[in-house]
Amino acid sequence: MSSTAKISVRQLQVYYGSKQALKNVSLEILPMQVTALIGPSGCGKSTFLRCLNRMNDVIESCRIHGEILLDGQNIYNSDIDVVTLRAKVGMVFQKPNPFPKSIYENVAYAPKLHGLANKRDDLDQIVMTSLEKAGLLAEVKDRLKDPALSLSGGQQQRLCIARAIAINPDVILMDEPCSALDPIATAKVEELIDELRVNFTIVIVTHSMQQAARVSQKTAFFHLGELIETGPTEDIFTKPQDQRTQGYITGRFG
Amino acid sequence: MTNPKKHLKKRLSREKRFRFVTFLSLAIPITFLTFLVGHIFYQAWPAFFHHYIDLEINAADLQSSSFKESNPDYRLLTRQLLEKNLEITATPQQRRELPRMLSPHASDDLAITLEKLPSSPTTPYIVSLPTSAIIDQYMTTGDNSKLTANQQQWIAALETQEKINRAFDTSFWQSGDSREPEEAGIWGSIMGSFLTMIITLLLSLPFGTAAALYLEEFAKKNFLSRLIEININNLAAVPSIIFGLLGIVVFLGIFGLPRSSPLVGGMVLALMTLPVIIIAARASLRAIPNSIRQAALAVGASHAQVIWHHVFPLALPGILTGTILGMARALGETAPLMMIGMIAFIVDIPSGFTDPSTVLPAQIFMWSDLQETAFVEKTYAAILVLIVFLIMMNLLAIIIRQRVEKKW
Ligand SMILES: Nc1ncnc2c1ncn2[C@@H]1O[C@H](COP(=O)(O)OP(=O)(O)O)[C@@H](O)[C@H]1O
Ligand SMILES: [Mg+2]
Repeated sequence: MSSTAKISVRQLQVYYGSKQALKNVSLEILPMQVTALIGPSGCGKSTFLRCLNRMNDVIESCRIHGEILLDGQNIYNSDIDVVTLRAKVGMVFQKPNPFPKSIYENVAYAPKLHGLANKRDDLDQIVMTSLEKAGLLAEVKDRLKDPALSLSGGQQQRLCIARAIAINPDVILMDEPCSALDPIATAKVEELIDELRVNFTIVIVTHSMQQAARVSQKTAFFHLGELIETGPTEDIFTKPQDQRTQGYITGRFG
Repeated sequence: MTNPKKHLKKRLSREKRFRFVTFLSLAIPITFLTFLVGHIFYQAWPAFFHHYIDLEINAADLQSSSFKESNPDYRLLTRQLLEKNLEITATPQQRRELPRMLSPHASDDLAITLEKLPSSPTTPYIVSLPTSAIIDQYMTTGDNSKLTANQQQWIAALETQEKINRAFDTSFWQSGDSREPEEAGIWGSIMGSFLTMIITLLLSLPFGTAAALYLEEFAKKNFLSRLIEININNLAAVPSIIFGLLGIVVFLGIFGLPRSSPLVGGMVLALMTLPVIIIAARASLRAIPNSIRQAALAVGASHAQVIWHHVFPLALPGILTGTILGMARALGETAPLMMIGMIAFIVDIPSGFTDPSTVLPAQIFMWSDLQETAFVEKTYAAILVLIVFLIMMNLLAIIIRQRVEKKW
């Protein structure tokens, strides 16, 4: 089982100070598909996601127990370099957060940081393909020097996706990537996620059940820090095993 | 129910009165300020100009029997030139009155002018020599109480020949302090202030920024860091003279650094400016949204890279604005410098950080103590110069703030 999983989370416990945010969560994330994390607000979805690229490290009060294996290696081992980890596991945030620099600079930043391009031409190439893959190239190719913040919210979010894929990570984590976007921009991002699935393993947090149903192959339902139920998306939405899952997806709470 | 129309009228008139009171509170300080600035301008204006006497000189004057090339007596030559130009032969009494028409350093100016000439002039040559304070004052204000009858006569003669005229006083900008009002200039104290500010900037900007970076980016939020934070805020409110005391004890006493030097002055003012910069820098570091830090971390930037590539550049305008305002405060400071001997009569223009020197506000303070009209004018002129510097610094701060508008 663990040999096929891209990420195996085993008995993950997360505490903020004395408050436990995740209780004994174990989950297998399969390669080249979209895993959706759903559940009511405050149930620990974002916390779980941040554990996967160790973004919780910067939260002082946060303590983590358990194992998270990426390609069979525990990312919390002391010999793991977070910088390399985050180069392999990219992240897209809830609110689009491009750097206050040009569109080009936004995408070029990470490849430069990791020394992926030695020549200007190589860097240009990476920026172009990343924007292309993020479905943004047509809209911005004449204005790469413009500030990223002059783009619309939806374009900014796709730019953030381009920025994340520019260093060719294995996994992309997305924390409610569409919650700040209008329906048309949302549709575009969802379409993009579907295309990216071919090359990347994607974990997406969403509060929209329809979105989970549309983009994901596997769904995990969280409730009060526990992983209640997980399975193929179709099964979760058509025949949930747990009362709480059923309650949530039918809109009785959440 | 009361008449609603009456009610409305009452309310409107009440609002009108309120508006008037607030307007008045603005009008009063503005009136005073306008008066103050106008007064300073009016008083300072004459200090920027001086009256000069044009004297004709030719080769014969330099070859006369009394003027020896080997050991030239320029004082004598100056007097002889005056006599020749006024077409008089001075009596012994007049020989004392004549040189007092000109500034004591007029003969030095003459010497400098003549030494610059390649050879003795073949055609008649005109030199402009500065008048003495009493003559300048007479020409400016018509106050003849300090002139002798002879001097008044000579001036009248020079005026009819159009040999006395008013010009921009370059020596005010080029010389240091002096006991003689017509020789005292502002350059020494400007240089002193400049050198002092350089030391202040070099010390307070890097240390202040680094301290702010440590407190914001690295320090754990615990009792100790809170204690430090409170103390830094308190430090910004400490009366500046206390920093001067520290300067005496530590910099002069323990380190044995030279008294009255821009080095020590700058160090004292840096202590004063440091908390201001730390507070400003912390505020602008904190204003950088967390989402930018997260974005950089998430693509694999290290903490140091997050700071150097993103947080610091974005915070820099705010840090610089705070620094400029802190420096402007330091530039106007006198009290702490008094303690380390920078309020002193210093003639030489400082050329290095360890030369004894004074600063602009100290120069103002010292000149304001003197009675001569010329010094009163110079006091106001120096105030004007200081105000102009302060306004320029504030403008620079505003420009930086405007140029780099919030981008997120
Ligand atoms: N930085 C933090 N410090 C302390 N508690 C936190 C922090 N982030 C999240 N929590 C707590 O952890 C729980 C899970 O939060 P989160 O993972 O953000 O939930 P979700 O994303 O599912 O809404 C919540 O109770 C929240 O209050
Ligand atoms: Mg969340």
